[in-house]
Amino acid sequence: MKFGIVVFPGSNCDYDAYKVLQDVLHQKVEYLWHKESSLRKSDCLILPGGFSYGDYLRTGAIARFSPIMKEVVKFAKKGGLVLGICNGFQILLEAGLLPGAMLQNGSLRFVCRPVHIKVERNDLPFTRACQMGEALKIPVAHKEGNYYIEPDGLLELEREQQVAFRYSNNQGEVTSDSNPNGSLANIAGISNKKGNVLGLMPHPERASESVLGSADGRKIFQSIVMHLKEN
Amino acid sequence: MKKNRTSIKKKSVNFSKLTQATVYVSLKNGVLDPQGLTIKRALDELGYKGIKEVRSGKFYQIKLDQLPRRGVKEFVKEISDKLLANPVIEKFEMEIEE
Repeated sequence: MKFGIVVFPGSNCDYDAYKVLQDVLHQKVEYLWHKESSLRKSDCLILPGGFSYGDYLRTGAIARFSPIMKEVVKFAKKGGLVLGICNGFQILLEAGLLPGAMLQNGSLRFVCRPVHIKVERNDLPFTRACQMGEALKIPVAHKEGNYYIEPDGLLELEREQQVAFRYSNNQGEVTSDSNPNGSLANIAGISNKKGNVLGLMPHPERASESVLGSADGRKIFQSIVMHLKEN
Repeated sequence: MKKNRTSIKKKSVNFSKLTQATVYVSLKNGVLDPQGLTIKRALDELGYKGIKEVRSGKFYQIKLDQLPRRGVKEFVKEISDKLLANPVIEKFEMEIEE
């Protein structure tokens, strides 16, 4: 079992993800430079956070045309596991692997603080180690995390149960006060219909050891390991 | 023969001139524009009356030194659709000066 972390110019959470997988979960993990065209037999791809291409034009808009993205799209279409965190989520949206788009935060501010997200699905390869409805404490750090999709698209997301995480209070109650950026329906993370591609704004790699203030994010990586072991 | 020569001449004149396209990208109507709202609020606070709404956007100036075969308009439309604007949230308008 091997994880591949895609590195774009401007990615800055690549090493955090690498460290969690290697040192906390003792998994094989490799970096994949965005100019490469081989995924080097990775079983799960992670598109990490950061500011690929300086967020020029729109977040993720230029990274999605990196050579490796053709392979990422092929891998995802074949059912391979792809996890996009923060800027990685924005890239997946721009690439059309997930529906919707990100607007600037309602406050126009960069929001960097721990939040809680309610687990809305615990049957995905990325969430099976979570309890249904539990609130995970994981930090966000973004200025464009205000999830938007047109009304019909939102209805479809809800109908297909593609919302994996919603911003909530520490009791797992989804309230407007707990929404850090103005996202529609408090959406913090969504999957594709098949459930093999997940994007989320909070950073689980920054909350995978209790010394960092929370180890809740580890459950996401543990879920993937569990899933890959069984499949 | 004469006719031919003029057409060649005309072509070379075209190529030596720069064609410029301007693409204006803004959020679609109905999509929340936090930047526009903040600018409007600032204008209200400065005492300017009668401003109903401010919508923000960006524009890109593209200079061409070769004329694409399929026409400038088609070409600029294609790059706007593909890269400059995200059709999920944005719309664009083009202006072409030849």
